[in-house]
Amino acid sequence: MSDLTASGRAALIAFAALLLVLPWVVSSYVLSVAVICLYLAYVGQAWNLMLGFAGLLSIGHALFVGLGAYASGYLFAKYDVPPAIGIVAAVAIAMLMGAVIGYLGFRFAIGGVYFALLTIAFAEFVRILLEHAKFLGGTQGLFLPVSQESRRGVDLINLRGWPEMYYYVILALCLGAFVLCRALLESRVGYYWRAIRDNPEAAAAVGVDIFRFRMYAVVLSAGMTGAAGVFRAFYDNLLFPDQVLNIEKSIEITLAPIVGGVGTLFGPIFGAFVLTPLSELLTDVVEGLKDLGIIAKNVKTDGAKLLFWGLAVVLIVLFKPTGLWPWVCRRLGLVKAPGARS
Amino acid sequence: MALLEVEGLSKSFRGLRAVADVSFTVEEQGIVALIGPNGAGKTTCFNLIAGAMRPDAGTVRLSGADITGLRADRVCDAGIGRTFQLVKPFQDLTVLENVTVGALHKSATVAAAKRDAARFLDLMELSDKLHMHAANLTLPDRKRLEVARALATAPKLLLLDEVMAGLRPTETDRMVAALKRLVAETGLTILLIEHVMRAVMALSHHVIVLHHGEKISEGTPEHVTQDPAVLECYLGEGAI
Ligand SMILES: Nc1ncnc2c1ncn2[C@@H]1O[C@H](COP(=O)(O)OP(=O)(O)O)[C@@H](O)[C@H]1O
Ligand SMILES: [Mg+2]
Repeated sequence: MSDLTASGRAALIAFAALLLVLPWVVSSYVLSVAVICLYLAYVGQAWNLMLGFAGLLSIGHALFVGLGAYASGYLFAKYDVPPAIGIVAAVAIAMLMGAVIGYLGFRFAIGGVYFALLTIAFAEFVRILLEHAKFLGGTQGLFLPVSQESRRGVDLINLRGWPEMYYYVILALCLGAFVLCRALLESRVGYYWRAIRDNPEAAAAVGVDIFRFRMYAVVLSAGMTGAAGVFRAFYDNLLFPDQVLNIEKSIEITLAPIVGGVGTLFGPIFGAFVLTPLSELLTDVVEGLKDLGIIAKNVKTDGAKLLFWGLAVVLIVLFKPTGLWPWVCRRLGLVKAPGARS
Repeated sequence: MALLEVEGLSKSFRGLRAVADVSFTVEEQGIVALIGPNGAGKTTCFNLIAGAMRPDAGTVRLSGADITGLRADRVCDAGIGRTFQLVKPFQDLTVLENVTVGALHKSATVAAAKRDAARFLDLMELSDKLHMHAANLTLPDRKRLEVARALATAPKLLLLDEVMAGLRPTETDRMVAALKRLVAETGLTILLIEHVMRAVMALSHHVIVLHHGEKISEGTPEHVTQDPAVLECYLGEGAI
């Protein structure tokens, strides 16, 4: 954190301290919102590794969440394999899928928007497969057995326990992803990714094997996202293909980094903590209006959230295309002048 | 054995013969110039040698090894560095980071690469702009950045494509001096495309002239500038 100013360091410490004590000072509802924030910050970080670091746009990232969730969930429901072991399978399957998509995309030079379409195609394809896979519950859903007593205590092997435990698990994942991404950015692979992102032809001219390093980015991002799927599975305890890996979920994953700042390390975290509470608030307001009878009970309001997301992205693209975080940094003087990317 | 041997190199774009059966050799340690009017096929020649494009016909050998049609990164591995006439900086990286990417080709660690990068940036007189984003550089500075980045890969052969365009005469002289020193000190070989005749004369001991994709002359700078074929093609274009 050498590039932080004094106020930047203070802000970071305050934020870290707040995150650490949060479960002890807020209601269970706020805690559940915080879990969503951290979850989206984590998957946002993984997604950002592809677009922000290596310049590869994925709009099918829920695919990897789904694969991780179904792999670990199925192993647990069917064979009692604890998630501590199931996560290995989950991450491996997600990475394999990432490798397949990457191979097809990069070998056949499917670039830019077409690569993004490829990721959507795979996500939809796997969703439909899952809907027809009887052994995984199909459209009926896959249920993970959970008993009342297992909702208390702390069992990290089986990912069972207090809501607070889930909070700390996702917080740890978030921190791990942050530290990993930071280290990657400072290393050879990080330099190569950013070079490829900015100019593939020039990167190749200085000896960078573009295919190989793009593969690393997709596979690593897919693996990280697969791990998030394990968390999803054991936090929700029921999985429907339509809910876990529909395109809406894939888009949700992209929002926090886009709003926070693509290519920055704090962007996905910042974006998640700005967007999620607003999104929750919106849902509450809409529900409230229904209760008051201002909106008729039978009006479908599922679209409100999508509308909000769309608006958020439009505003960002129009006014702060590099994201809120770099702007906030500059405004509050959190980072020293050169090397504003933090 | 010559460092670079190009034989029968050809490339057409939709019927246009951009490079037509061009052969030449570049001996080790020295500076060879590739000149010719606009559209003569010089940049295409570079692209074919450096693996940015595949030739339709012909071979390219580096120190005797056939590198024809290799991917650009493999050509770099083989020992050829290149700059782009239409500069291609890594826009969102700083000047230092741009060159560090190049230096990582030979350096074991990022820290070592940064040190090497700083050295080459010093040579190209960009030391005071290390932390500027490449996107904010002036065109002459971007050209210098191209050279520093290519040099950082520690090539045996460096291909420079009009890197002095836009430099002031005194700056051209300094770049010329720096390149000469490099050649003398490190045994580097340079093949350069240049319109600045002042630089061509000062630097190269051998000149190759292309016109309409074909090699029309080659020899010492004095020889080439007196060759009627060369004079005709340049005067025909109203240049020189
Ligand atoms: N990628 C390309 N596609 C189509 N035509 C090209 C391409 N690159 C070069 N050319 C054409 O080939 C000819 C030679 O171009 P070039 O090698 O850039 O010449 P020079 O560098 O000597 O000015 C020109 O007529 C140019 O328009
Ligand atoms: Mg040219």
